[in-house]
Parts: sequence; C-alpha cells; structure tokens
Amino acid sequence: MAGTAVRGRLTWQVATVASARPETASVRTIEFDLPGWAGHQAGQHVDIRLTADDGYVAERSYSIASAPGEPLQLTVERLEDGEVSPYLTEELRPGDQIEIRGPIGGYFVWDGDDAGTPLLLVAGGSGVVPFRSMLRHRASIGSNVPVRLLYSARSLPDVIYHTELDMAGEGAEVVYTLTRQQPPGWAGHSGRVDAALLTEVAWPDDRRPLAYVCGPTAFVEIVAGQLVSLGYPPDRVKTERYGGVGAP
Amino acid sequence: MTERLSGPDDNALDGNAIGGVLHEIFGTEMTTAEVTCGHCGHACQVAEEVVYLRAPGTVVRCRTCTEVLVVVVRKQEMNCVDMSGVAALRAS
Repeated sequence: MAGTAVRGRLTWQVATVASARPETASVRTIEFDLPGWAGHQAGQHVDIRLTADDGYVAERSYSIASAPGEPLQLTVERLEDGEVSPYLTEELRPGDQIEIRGPIGGYFVWDGDDAGTPLLLVAGGSGVVPFRSMLRHRASIGSNVPVRLLYSARSLPDVIYHTELDMAGEGAEVVYTLTRQQPPGWAGHSGRVDAALLTEVAWPDDRRPLAYVCGPTAFVEIVAGQLVSLGYPPDRVKTERYGGVGAP
Repeated sequence: MTERLSGPDDNALDGNAIGGVLHEIFGTEMTTAEVTCGHCGHACQVAEEVVYLRAPGTVVRCRTCTEVLVVVVRKQEMNCVDMSGVAALRAS
C-alpha cells in the first residue's frame, strides 16, 4: 500500500514526475516530486513498482542519480527486452505517478567522511549513475578527497553525463575508455578495462584507496578481481552489479 | 542431488538488489548486516552475496561455496522466508 513514510520503515510512496530529459539516445534522467522523501545518501538506490491494469506487478531497482539534498533523480537506460525501462524512458511524462520505495542500501554508499582516502570509481555503462551522485556530493560538501572515475562506455554518444563529468571539479579526474567505437582522433583509451588500464589509473594500494565498482555483473567481477590482484584488500573494493544488461 | 554452480553467471546480482525486500522483512537496513554461511562458514556483508531475482522466488547464494543461504517467496502480500542456509545474521 502506498502511504505516508514513517521514519525507520520502508513504505511505498507515490512519486510524481517533475521533469524528464534525455542523456543519450537510450538513457534519460527523471526527476520526481516526493513529498515524504526523507533524503538519501550518495550511492543508494530505490525500488520502483509498476502495476498494470490487469494487476500484473513489476518491480525494479534504480540507483539514485542526484546528490543528497537534491530532489530525487533517477537515470534509466532503456533495455530492449525490458519490462519496465521502455516505459520509464519513453512513456512516462511530467505529472505521471509511479510507486517508489527508498532510499535503500548502506553498503554501496559514500558519505564523504573518509578524509584523505583517495577514491577510485569504476563504471561500466549505466553503472556511472551512483557515481554522479557521489561526485555531486563531493562537490557540494567541498571535499578535497582525490577521486578518479574510470568510465567504460561503448562509444562517445553512449557516455552519460558527459558535459557534467568533464567539469567534475578540482581533484576529480575522469578517464574514459570506449569499447566498441571511437571517434576519429580519439585520444582517450580504447577497449575494455583490463589489468594494464587499471594499473595506470588506479591509486597505488599504499595510499589506502577506497574503490567502488558498478556496472553489468561480468564487468564488476572482472574489475573487482583485478583490483584485488593489484593489492587492493577485498574489503576496500565495494561492488554493485546490474546483471546481464549488455557489455559496456 | 545438490545443485552446484560453477560461479556467478552474468544474470546474477548481489545483495544490494534485495536491500528493499530485506528492509521490508526485518524493518531495518540489512545490506551491511554480516551473514555467516551455514554450509562453509564464510562470513561477509549481505551486499556481497550472490542474488538471483528471477529464480522461482529470490535466491541468495554464498559467494564462496555457492550453496543456498536464503530463499524469499512472495505470496499475495506476504513474504515467506527460508533462512535454513544461514548460520548467523548480525545487523549492526
């Protein structure tokens, strides 16, 4: 039952679409009005519930794209065989209502209180979404924690938040690798994230870095394994897997 | 016969994905809870375990030995939870 949120309890709430804007050809960011929203931490997600006229219910989880203190934004990628994402990316209009519960999660979050510890963020495709929240949070609290985002995308037009990421602020560095198609004259990296690229980009383990890896399951398994091989303690590599949503 | 998996497949998620349903069941954030496998004794945070949402019901497997830890089946408005694979679950 949707209703008013009670602190400490997780209830379904009715959210109204405030605005929606495209990020890429298959990705858009939706902002919601949610009167009972108690705020969130960078890296948390929400569950979305859609109920069809015949009573069929579909639930999905989406990472929160906005920073703590900002209105709730979700960035959703359309999956060709998806039940929910085509509706969210193509049909949902301002004023429409859906059910949301959250914020959810305490593991894949960054509060910004780990002063001095360099951050390594590794994203595959739409796995960049929670990192946008973390980078915005870092900027809004004036954190000087050094951060590197290594972002693997299929092609340049598939890069989400490109303009924003290029202005990530002092001490924040974004490194792209394009796996399938590179524009003429591309000076960035090409191909999948591998041990050589991680060795080049990742902070040395003697600086006690904290790593977050997010993306398709196969991507996360490979990257997390390589970071441990580079000397990162497993408990300093936090992971979030999106399943088999296509290789970035 | 015990079903065995060679390792997480591409559709496997992790414990982050069941933060919502576990919060609904336990009334608190559970992805950072420490779970100890009743089969191999491995302990880690719930978020780090292997999760399948599209099995019949939601299935949580041990990342180390792949045995079943938890099964959640939703029937109408009720969650039926089988935790017989868990030796200990400690929420902070």
